Amino acid sequence: MSEPVRESMEFDVVIVGGGPAGLAAAIRLRQLSPDLSVCLIEKGSEIGAHIVSGAVIEPRALAELIPDWKERGAPLNTPVTSEDMLYLTETGSLRVPLLDKVMPHMANHGNYIVSLGEVCRWLATQAEELGVEIYPGFAGADVIIERNRVVGVVTGDMGVTKEGTPGPNYQPGMELRARYTLFAEGCRGSLTKQVMAHYDLRKDVDPQTYGLGIKEVWEIPAEKHRPGLVQHSFGWPLDDSTYGGAWLYHFGENLVSYGFVVGLDYANTWLSPFEEMQRIKLHPAFRQHLEGGRRISYGARALSEGGLQAIPRLTFPGGALIGDSAGFLNVPKIKGTHTAMKSGMLAAESVVEAMKTDRVEPGAFTEKVRRSWLWPELRSARNIRPAFAHFGAKGGAVYAAIDAMLLRGRAPWTLHFKHEDSDTLKPASLSEKPFYPKPDGKLTFDRLSSVFLSATNHEEDQPVHLRLRNPSLWKPVNWDVFRAPESRYCPAGVYEAADEATNPHLQINAQNCVHCKTCDIKDPAQNIDWTTPEGGGGPNYPAGM
Amino acid sequence: MTALVLLDHEEGQIRKAALSAVTAAAQLGDVHVLVAGDASIAQAAAAVPGVAKVLHAADARYAHELAEPLAALIVSLAGQYDHIVAAAGATGKNVLPRAAALLDVQPIPDVIRIVDAETFVRPIYAGNALATVKSSDAKKVLTVRNAAFDAAASTGGNAPIEAVDAVDAPAVSKFETVQLSDSERPDLETARVVVSGGRGMQSEEKFHTLDPLADALGAAIGASRAAVDSGFVPNEYQVGQTGKIVAPELYMAFGISGAIQHLAGMKDSRVIVAINKDPEAPIFQVADYGMEADLFEVVPQLVEELKK
Amino acid sequence: MKILVPVKRVVDYNIKPRVKADGSGVDTTGVKMSMNPFDEIAVEEAVRLREKGAASEVVVVSVGVQKAQDTLRTAMAMGADRAILVLSEESPEPLAVAKVLRKLVEKEEPGLVILGKQAIDDDMNATGQMLAGLLGWGQGTFASKVEIADGHARVSREIDGGTEEVSLTLPAIITADLRLNEPRYASLPNIMKAKKKPLETIEAAELGVDMKPRLSVVSVAEPSERKAGIKVGSVGELVEKLRNEAKVI
Repeated sequence: MSEPVRESMEFDVVIVGGGPAGLAAAIRLRQLSPDLSVCLIEKGSEIGAHIVSGAVIEPRALAELIPDWKERGAPLNTPVTSEDMLYLTETGSLRVPLLDKVMPHMANHGNYIVSLGEVCRWLATQAEELGVEIYPGFAGADVIIERNRVVGVVTGDMGVTKEGTPGPNYQPGMELRARYTLFAEGCRGSLTKQVMAHYDLRKDVDPQTYGLGIKEVWEIPAEKHRPGLVQHSFGWPLDDSTYGGAWLYHFGENLVSYGFVVGLDYANTWLSPFEEMQRIKLHPAFRQHLEGGRRISYGARALSEGGLQAIPRLTFPGGALIGDSAGFLNVPKIKGTHTAMKSGMLAAESVVEAMKTDRVEPGAFTEKVRRSWLWPELRSARNIRPAFAHFGAKGGAVYAAIDAMLLRGRAPWTLHFKHEDSDTLKPASLSEKPFYPKPDGKLTFDRLSSVFLSATNHEEDQPVHLRLRNPSLWKPVNWDVFRAPESRYCPAGVYEAADEATNPHLQINAQNCVHCKTCDIKDPAQNIDWTTPEGGGGPNYPAGM
Repeated sequence: MTALVLLDHEEGQIRKAALSAVTAAAQLGDVHVLVAGDASIAQAAAAVPGVAKVLHAADARYAHELAEPLAALIVSLAGQYDHIVAAAGATGKNVLPRAAALLDVQPIPDVIRIVDAETFVRPIYAGNALATVKSSDAKKVLTVRNAAFDAAASTGGNAPIEAVDAVDAPAVSKFETVQLSDSERPDLETARVVVSGGRGMQSEEKFHTLDPLADALGAAIGASRAAVDSGFVPNEYQVGQTGKIVAPELYMAFGISGAIQHLAGMKDSRVIVAINKDPEAPIFQVADYGMEADLFEVVPQLVEELKK
Repeated sequence: MKILVPVKRVVDYNIKPRVKADGSGVDTTGVKMSMNPFDEIAVEEAVRLREKGAASEVVVVSVGVQKAQDTLRTAMAMGADRAILVLSEESPEPLAVAKVLRKLVEKEEPGLVILGKQAIDDDMNATGQMLAGLLGWGQGTFASKVEIADGHARVSREIDGGTEEVSLTLPAIITADLRLNEPRYASLPNIMKAKKKPLETIEAAELGVDMKPRLSVVSVAEPSERKAGIKVGSVGELVEKLRNEAKVI
């Protein structure tokens, strides 16, 4: 296709992504400098459509950004009232005693159980009131780099057919040009990937390691609902070398958020995060909460678990990476909203300063991060996730307790991540198949009926947005060695090994994709390239997610 | 109480759906029917058991059941009726709301159950929810779904036929032509029978195995998304959440596993038949008649059997 | 000629609606809303008629809550020239909407009103017909093709089992069916431009229309799930059942 004629528009700042980081940055920019033109694009059909999070959030950054958030009706309505950390065995569970001492990161006093999607929708209304221009339904498809400076992004073309030719409703993407561009795409952003590669931003930092979070929202009978209850678990059904656990929060009107996170550095190619997530619900510690309820929503998203050691260079000529695009998640706390927001706010401040002196790179951002509470918080947490990678689940938990009680996060050493998550799978012949029970249709379900609840849709007539860099690699690597791990780690049933017995080949059902990005991360040959589909496609998560 | 049923017709025959409307109206009281068209149709209407009176509007302006004159006619007759009913087809949905507006009544479309004289159940959100609504209007204007009510018999009755005069109405519309689809394949969304194939059809070529069966049944051909994604058939065949929503009287699924996305597009079919080799296929959970078998053996046998 | 296009803000067609646990209705809190798909087709048709020179202005109108202005902006991004928002309760009944629209028609004097054939939330399929009745205008419902010439609209209508063509004297009402056209995307540049197009807001009460609903919702329930039927052992048995038990062949 020849290069189309694109319309172009100039802004002071363009922000890619309407999650907590991007919205906090947008709000801060207009607070500091009400004359700035700030444009925010979001690939979801509306703000919140692609947001999946637990979520227990710490209101710290929010209170700094919008001190009167309560009066303004921020949807933080369920304070945490009780919490348990459970170590699960197949049939029983042990409560971790003295939780606030052993795992102080997990202490949630003063925090709120929220639907992060709702919080983002609320943040968007605040941003719009301040004059931020928000355009959901438009994906950033390309970064514009001129004379080695990022000068904006191009939104995706709309109405391109399966064959890649312009269809009857073809609309070329638009150039959104900006003095500064902030990438707030969340974990494993597709434009962030381009920028990281172009400026070699990951030089001298640990490889990023990831987790996959899968979530369901349930509506349960009122008499069982205990708003404010927080429960986390680790142990069963994962083996000691696999990092992960489940959560269960009671919030809102008879709603329960249930979910499961697994470290994507897992080794067993037969492991299916989706089915692990399903079977944990059968454990008495979880079953008792959900029985008699109905599942109303489903979603999944990868998250960055590398912490401090894996944070890349944050700035480049013409912009910065913020939120989970950079990897600001605090893993032991399993919280990234407050850090994402804080990073967005600091980036906004740096951009405003850079603008005054017309500096190309908002370099003050890195320094501001180091001087804010963000840095010590992530620094004290830095060894816990790698400890699990080094010492396993039990050893990691012991290390975490020692780190918390004796070292108080100030260990004179730093544990490192050595491998990309794509390098950790063992061949199928060396892996043991877990037993996954069949879905019962009441507590446990199959992939497709789950995807159905994510309200995922993509325009049918468009090029497949999941691309194999080299299609001929699939058979010898993914099939012959690993037996199609993508058919198991994908929580949306996008990848299927078809005709297994006769002529194994990969069937990609791109329409099901919930934009979690796991395939881009975990494919053993790094052969799957997740690109943005036509804007507005993907899940349409309702309130509660 | 007496109900007036607009008995719509096609090519000189009373529509079957209109006969279901007669059954529905009978639950509300005595049934009078209005026939706008040829005398032969009025005579056919008189033979429908349960019809107490046939009102026959023979004037040429009504021949094509145009909404503008017909709604005016209904309004002129409405005085003595508590309910005005039609089948929820193209004619009823075109004419009745217009008449309702002239009567200052909020119509109730697509009724699937009559609770009492003023309370009705109707699907909303494309059948994803059923609303029970109660009307406070003096007269009730409703269309009814034919799948929810058995059709009245077409013989055995002997109702009197009463001619009704034409009434004035703005002459703002004119019938030009009608083209009934005469292709051997009916439209997927309106077909009475749908024969549908999934990934079990194996290939584009083998998908045509279904053709003779569809011919024998006068059925439309549909497909699951798996079959579309595998390239067996084009996208417009797709039945399901992101494809077409169908509700035929008979839906036959061959080699379709029955993912919820597919079920969302056909679960309102009156009778579902599933043929699949896999006894665990979820389609069996919604099928009225299931058969665990190789579809490539079943389909030719079915064609033979139907000829008998 | 001016074209008036009424549009409705509804639960997005991708969302599977969920009935509230207390049976009082469908839960719409936090659910994505967008323009009724049939109304998008109506807007597209009006804009195409203007682009062809058959119309001079496209005015979109919505009767509903304040948020319906998002829907009107989308319509303007698709090409409508200006918008009117009539504030009322969410999702008023077709009878009330038709009465509101009659008032606006009297004021705006359009030559054509194009509506979607039905809204995908209440599935009423009535507003266009009712407006036509109130105005005494001709109606071309379920349109799959529209041609304007010599003060007439020639409309192909989707009827049971085929297509019918009617000719309407203008001014007239048309309701759009699925096959009429494929609506364009609201492009980003056009969304930006649409922010500056005029949007007038009026209260339904100012028009003197009685908005009181005539239907009260007794309850809303999920349809009962289908149950598995029987397994048959042979083709002969299957055909016998379909013929004599189910009576569908």
